[in-house]
Amino acid sequence: MYRLFVLFTILIFAASSAAAGTTAPRKLKDLYFGEALYYAFQGDWFDAVARLDTELIQHYGLDEPGLDTLYYHINHAKFAVGDFELAYRMHRRAGRAITAVIEGNVEEQVRNEAIFRLARIYFQKDQPVNALYAVERIRGAVPPQVREDLGFLRAQIFMANGRFAKAANILRDLQDAESLEGFSTYNLGIALLKDGKELEGRQYLDRTGRIDSSEALTLAIKDKSNLVLGSKLLKEKNFEGAKQVLDRVHLKGPFSNRSLLGSGWADAFQGSFERALVPWSLLVTREVTDASVQEAMLAVPYAYGKLHVHSKAAVMYGDALEKFGTEVDKLGASIKSIREGYFLRALAREELKQDANWVVKLRKLPQTPETYYLLELMASHDFQESLKNYLDLEELRKKLENWEGDLDAFEEIIEQRRAYYQPLLPAIDREFRRLDSQMRLRLEQRNRIEQRLKAMLVAPRPDYLATSKERIISENIAQLEQKLTADGSTMPSGIDARIKRLRGVLDWNIYTEYDRRFTEAHKHLRDLNQVVDRLKKQYAAFVRTRQAATQSYEGYDDVIRRQRFLIREAREKVDELLARQGHMLETMAVSELTRRRERLSEFQIKARFGMAESYDRATRAQTQDKVSQ
Amino acid sequence: MLYWLRGVIVGISVLVLSFAAYAQEVSREQIKGLDEQVQEIKSDVLGIAAELNQLEEKLLYPSNTQVAIFVSLASGETFRLDSVEIQLDGKPVAHHLYTFKELEALQKGGVQRIYTGNIRTGEHDLQVFVIGKPSGGADFRNTKSFKVNKDVGPKIVEISLAAQSITFKDR
Repeated sequence: MYRLFVLFTILIFAASSAAAGTTAPRKLKDLYFGEALYYAFQGDWFDAVARLDTELIQHYGLDEPGLDTLYYHINHAKFAVGDFELAYRMHRRAGRAITAVIEGNVEEQVRNEAIFRLARIYFQKDQPVNALYAVERIRGAVPPQVREDLGFLRAQIFMANGRFAKAANILRDLQDAESLEGFSTYNLGIALLKDGKELEGRQYLDRTGRIDSSEALTLAIKDKSNLVLGSKLLKEKNFEGAKQVLDRVHLKGPFSNRSLLGSGWADAFQGSFERALVPWSLLVTREVTDASVQEAMLAVPYAYGKLHVHSKAAVMYGDALEKFGTEVDKLGASIKSIREGYFLRALAREELKQDANWVVKLRKLPQTPETYYLLELMASHDFQESLKNYLDLEELRKKLENWEGDLDAFEEIIEQRRAYYQPLLPAIDREFRRLDSQMRLRLEQRNRIEQRLKAMLVAPRPDYLATSKERIISENIAQLEQKLTADGSTMPSGIDARIKRLRGVLDWNIYTEYDRRFTEAHKHLRDLNQVVDRLKKQYAAFVRTRQAATQSYEGYDDVIRRQRFLIREAREKVDELLARQGHMLETMAVSELTRRRERLSEFQIKARFGMAESYDRATRAQTQDKVSQ
Repeated sequence: MLYWLRGVIVGISVLVLSFAAYAQEVSREQIKGLDEQVQEIKSDVLGIAAELNQLEEKLLYPSNTQVAIFVSLASGETFRLDSVEIQLDGKPVAHHLYTFKELEALQKGGVQRIYTGNIRTGEHDLQVFVIGKPSGGADFRNTKSFKVNKDVGPKIVEISLAAQSITFKDR
């Protein structure tokens, strides 16, 4: 029985992770793309799509996207986002993204893989005509990893469009595909049966039913094939053939209960009630909530009755009646628990995401419904999709709630930054302006010096390189000359000669040291350049920091207000959809439990009738025995 | 009794096929309609997430101070990674214990952003501590130090891990 639950839960939870086919690039250039893949490989589709969306928005917003590292993976990323959306069951958006890839300039294999995924979306969404149109657009090379899956999908699409002969042809070519072992043969059998090739179809179902494998899924399809073929033979009253096929079903497999029940009926219809008791007696010891087990609880006393063991039959009908009563009560309590919201609360528990078998354990929680009765329903496509939607909505609700908290924190940070920077900035700006004007002045001086030195390369000007001391001496000499000749008198010859000698010494020094001084001036200019470079860097760093200070608290109000509005709107919508989706799940579950309760109520009537009849016959037989004695 | 028997046989064939007992209460159209609305709200919320990601980056990690540290596994590595600790300038900034799913995602080529923060421009010390276990071997602890040079733009660093080594890639 446990295997049945495992299979169902595998079916429920494996589908989403199997959906994505994106692989990591051989050489990853963009780490943020790698981060989106990290989330995708864990099946965390929301974060994978959100990260990749952010990265793509930023990439498209760049002036030169060709310089961005995502540029190397852009086709891959566009394809991946569609693939992740598909895995997140956003079929409409994924369809658009993948269509964009198909119509873009991409490699043949990438394009064909995208069409394959698009076709799969249409097929999953019950749009077989669109799916057919999509697969017919595949031309040229197909990536090896999807080749067999594509063939199988093509066949399924043809079957869904009623073109069984074409589907059968494709499936014939897939008979050696190891990954499809059992599934290709079973589907070929069904396609042939639908195409009117009854004999050949049965042969393939029979072949599927004889597959030797240790793979759980192959064994499951093998059992299913035997059950389908066995039931078909049973309906056609080929009881011997039905028994042989049904007895091939694995005794611990998910279809074993139904096959044991059918096998018993195959014997019973041939009048072999003793033989019928073998599978039925095994069946009645199994989980009482199973529909086949419950049916067997009536079938066993029925067989004893046919074998004239009326007293035993009467006792067994009594046992069945008691158990049915317990189950009816259990179902009533389960329906009540669902209506009171315990089912949904249990489904939304975190454990469900951590442990696939948790659905089975759900029944152990107080006030939760009897999940054994719901397993078949829970394995159905509609329930799975609805449940996944419910869980996704619950996840969205939590995210939106957290984001509102994040926005509060952002606003607090902004306020703290404003409170810190605003009083400081005016004084800083004033000081900066003062330093800025000083700096500009010095830079202008430096530029003038540079220009002068350049000009001196062409026209040497030793006087420009006179030291300050020499300039002072020169000024003093000029003043002395002026003073001595101020009243128009001529300078005394002795003094004139001395002054000329002094000026001569001065000029001698300036002219003879010109080359050395000129070289030194260049060296000093180079040193100055280094200082100026450092200064410019500090200046740029200050401007950036100053800008960042303002940007750290200004310009967010509108964005945050908008985000708040969007989050509030989304929360309202999510709450509404969560309620509707939850109600839908509850309705499905209550409906299923009610159907099972009604069935059990019918069984109760039959058991009562059987018990009365058996007691009656047992009493009559006893009386006859006494009379004959 | 025979009437009941016939009913049971029909029951078996019904069991072989899938039930749609809830069909009366919940129609396929209702399921489809609700599913489309769920897809729409998912799209809206993803749009909000993308905008919030950008807002968060701009507000909390401006490009002139931003540093992002990524962890990846070297190609073909199969060792069991237990934990990674990152220290920047002697201060522990990130510590992560890996689940099986996370390890599998790294082995498939995914890259984990283990830390995003802010640092000044200039040189910084980065220390990486790794605890793991190679297949069939004993637990190991690896430590390695690197220098991170922060410039004007965002700093992106990749730490590539192997059973025997820790490689630093300046991006």
